[in-house]
Amino acid sequence: MAKVLMKGNEAIGEAAIRAGCKNYFAYPITPQSEVAEYLAKRLPEEGGVFLQGESEVAVGYMIFGAAGAGERVMTTSSSPGISLMSEALSYIAAAQCPAVFVNIMRGGPGLGGILPSQGDYFQATKGGGHGDYHLLVLAPDGVQEAVEMTMQAFTLAEKYRNPVMIMGDGLIGQMMEPVEFPDDLKTEPTNKDDWATNGMAHRKSKKRNLVKSLFLDPTALNENNLVLKAKYAQMKKEEVQYELVNADTDYQVLITSYGTMSRVCRTAIDMLKEEGIEVAMLRPKTLFPFPEKAVFDASGKESCKAVISIEMSMGQMVEDVERCVKGRKPVEFYGECGGDIPSPEKIIEIIKALL
Amino acid sequence: MQTEIKFAGFGGQGILLSAKLLAYAAMKQGSFVAWIPSYGPEMRGGTAYCTVVISDRLIGSPIIKNPTHLVAMNRPSLEKFEHDVKPGGIIFINSSLIPVTSQRTDVTQLVVPVNDIAIKAGSVRAANIVALSAFAAKSNLVDLELLKECVKNEFAAKPKIIPLNMDAFDLGVQSAQQTA
Repeated sequence: MAKVLMKGNEAIGEAAIRAGCKNYFAYPITPQSEVAEYLAKRLPEEGGVFLQGESEVAVGYMIFGAAGAGERVMTTSSSPGISLMSEALSYIAAAQCPAVFVNIMRGGPGLGGILPSQGDYFQATKGGGHGDYHLLVLAPDGVQEAVEMTMQAFTLAEKYRNPVMIMGDGLIGQMMEPVEFPDDLKTEPTNKDDWATNGMAHRKSKKRNLVKSLFLDPTALNENNLVLKAKYAQMKKEEVQYELVNADTDYQVLITSYGTMSRVCRTAIDMLKEEGIEVAMLRPKTLFPFPEKAVFDASGKESCKAVISIEMSMGQMVEDVERCVKGRKPVEFYGECGGDIPSPEKIIEIIKALL
Repeated sequence: MQTEIKFAGFGGQGILLSAKLLAYAAMKQGSFVAWIPSYGPEMRGGTAYCTVVISDRLIGSPIIKNPTHLVAMNRPSLEKFEHDVKPGGIIFINSSLIPVTSQRTDVTQLVVPVNDIAIKAGSVRAANIVALSAFAAKSNLVDLELLKECVKNEFAAKPKIIPLNMDAFDLGVQSAQQTA
C-alpha cells in the first residue's frame, strides 16, 4: 500500500482496525482525542463498537469485560486518564486478559499540562495499579513505529494474556508523518478457547472458563502470582527490542533515550559527529522488558566515558539504566518535562560537559 | 539537506491545510517529511502555527526553533517569528493584512496581497492556497504541477470549489513570478 500522510493519533486508530480490533472504548482527553474521533467514524464502518464511556474508570472495566470475553479491545488516553484506569489494569493483569492501552503522555503530575512528556515511565513499567504485575510496554519514536507497534501489541497481548501499553507522547499523537500500513493482521487469537468466557456455544472445549482476580486461598493466590512471574520472565527472554545508533564507533558517551526525545538525541549525535565527537545511543523500544543486557554491553565499550539518560521527565528511566550499567561507568541524567522538548543544541551542550 | 517551513496566521486562515499540502507534495516527490502543529494553549485571535520539515534523510528532531522559511499570514505572526528565520531564507508576507515588512536584511522577502488575490479568484477563503502556491513558486521546494494536483485531490469531495482553488493557485504562482 502507498504511503499516506497521517497524524499519529489517527494512524494508531487505523492500525488497530487493521489488526482486527473491533472494540474501542475511551473517554476524550488532550492530546489523544483524535484517536476517538477517528474510530468513532471508522469502527462502525467495520462492524465494530465505538463507545465513549462516562469516565476513564468505567472505560477500564469495559475493556476488562470485552477482553474477558475474548474480544480484541483497545483504549487510548493520556496521563491523568491512565491513572484512573490503573485499578482496572491491575485486575486485567491478575485475570490474565489481553488488551491494548495507549498512553499519549502529557505533562504531570496532577492535571499538569497538555504538551508532550515522558513522565509516566514509572507508572507504566513499575506498576501503576496495585499488586505484583507488569505491563508489556512499547515506546514508538514516530508515526510509522506507532502503527507497527499498535498492530504488534494485539499479538503480544494475546500471546501473554496480559495488557500491553503503548507509550507515545503529545508530539507523536499530533504530528503527521508518512506511514505505510503493514498487511492486515485480522487473525483470531489461537488460545482463546482455553480462557475466554465467550459462550459455550462458540467453542470446542467443554471446560467452563472463569475470569477472576480474587484468590482467597493463599496457596492459590501465590500460584497465580507465580504464573504471572513466569510470564514476565518469558517476556524478558523473548520480547526485548531496542535500537543502537552510531554504536559501531569509538563513542565517548552513550545516550539512553526513547520516543520523541530519542529523535532529538539522534540529531544531536549527527551534529556532534560533524564536529568529530562520537556519541552513541541505545533506544529502548520496549520499556518493559527493558534491554538490560544491551545497556550493560554498550556501556562497557572501552572508549565510553559516561552514560547519560535523556528524558522528558525528572529522571525515571535513568534508574533502570543505573541498574543495568552496574556501576562500571558513571550514569548521568538530563531531562525537562514542562512540555518544551529540549533542542539538539541543548543536548550537545550537555554532552560536551561530560567530555 | 533539510528545509523547515513555518506557516503562521490566525486560526481559521487555513495555514494547517497549506502546510499539509506542501508536506504531501514533498512526500510524493520522495522526501522525508513531518508536519508538526502547535497545539499548546493559545489565545483567541492570537497566532496559530505549524511547521513542515522536508528532508532527504530520516528526520531526527521535529522540533524546529529556527526554520529556513516563514509564511506569515497576519501581522502578529510576522512580528513573533521573523527573527527566528535562518539567514538566507524566505519571509513570505501577506500584505493584505500586514502593512509592514520585516526589518531583516539577510532574508528574501516575498510580499503578496494574498487576500486581495483570493477575492479576485472568487473567495477570500482561498487565501491559503494563494499563499501556498506563491511561496512554492518562489522557494522551488516542490514541483508546482504536483502541488496543484495535491490541492485538487484535497478538494475531491467538494468538486464545486475546485475551480476556485485552481484559479487561486495559478494567481498565486503569477504573483510570485511578478514580484521576483
